Amino acid sequence: MKVLNIVEAAYRGTLEEQDDTIVWICHAMKGASADIDVLLRGNAVNYAVKAQDASGLCFGAARQTQPPQLANDLVKLKGKGAKIFVVDDALRERGIEPSELIEGVDFVSRDKLAKLFGDYDQVWHW
Amino acid sequence: MATTLTFALMDAPYENARSTTALRLIDLAVKRGVNVNVFAYEGAVYLPFAKQAQHPNAVHGRSVEEENHPLPRAWIAALMKEATAKGVKLEWVNCGLCVDERGAAEAIEGVRRGSPADFWNFAQNSDNTLVIGTK
Amino acid sequence: MAKYLLIESRDPFENNIVARQYDLAVNLVKEGNQVTLFLVQNGVLPVRPGNLSSLLTNAAKAGVEVLADDFSLRERGIAAAKLAPGIKAVPLSIVIDQLAEGRKAIWH
Repeated sequence: MKVLNIVEAAYRGTLEEQDDTIVWICHAMKGASADIDVLLRGNAVNYAVKAQDASGLCFGAARQTQPPQLANDLVKLKGKGAKIFVVDDALRERGIEPSELIEGVDFVSRDKLAKLFGDYDQVWHW
Repeated sequence: MATTLTFALMDAPYENARSTTALRLIDLAVKRGVNVNVFAYEGAVYLPFAKQAQHPNAVHGRSVEEENHPLPRAWIAALMKEATAKGVKLEWVNCGLCVDERGAAEAIEGVRRGSPADFWNFAQNSDNTLVIGTK
Repeated sequence: MAKYLLIESRDPFENNIVARQYDLAVNLVKEGNQVTLFLVQNGVLPVRPGNLSSLLTNAAKAGVEVLADDFSLRERGIAAAKLAPGIKAVPLSIVIDQLAEGRKAIWH
């Protein structure tokens, strides 16, 4: 079974979780030998931006020691064999240049999503 | 062979309509004799939290009994009872790490702790899977 | 040809990405698929003839089966008999039927 996992909501609890929990669960499912890929749409396209830096969060003397590294998590997920698709219209709308992104993402336009979905047995929108 | 459906839920109770709609779907599935797997991720691990308690409603002048405030844990327990009566399976797995970070370990009877591997296993062995993500 | 069930729980008044889900449904039909767009929760808010109901009527004209959860309609005081053209009120059980049928199901 081949599944496309869609991430759309972005920065939802990522500081508290130190992860995006959907990218995380994709890693975990890959660990269980799942045949999965990821599609970033809407604000989640920003996850592919290399320059993200969430370090330095501190409450009183309680300092966060493991800030989320969302772009790197996508790189590692790709390293495990998952394709990372990014909706290019969403990038343009947000003024994100391709040069700002991690290497190896696959661009897909919004009007080609229907065709992309046809390549998967199931499509899970988280 | 009976159909099996898997649902992944993410929302905590009382925060939005998704959790109620999810339980409506599970109820309909059970009534139709469908086996159901539920993987509760993130806030959804609070849906079967055993410590949910009813309260009165002073705005409406209702006592605890009169208010009869819904408790998702009671709804889920009722669905489990219905599933047993119908001879179908309703398996509820709470994501263990989500339980730990939320302190939600006390769940009603019939709920077990699991992991994303359980969810993938459910999905592979079901006729279909519906992920109800959060926003 | 595949069969799809797109469940839309959000409304286009507050979320401009919802209209894109309607477009996705139409594009899936153009790709030769059979598509149901099932509106639930606030997803039923655009079904009264109004500013945005034409998005749904147009999706229906393009071949998408547009259905609205009858409980969500009643909950919001929307008369099932007064929906914009192309939209039909149905019980939520349709979702279970279509899941059991094996449709690719996407909740938004």
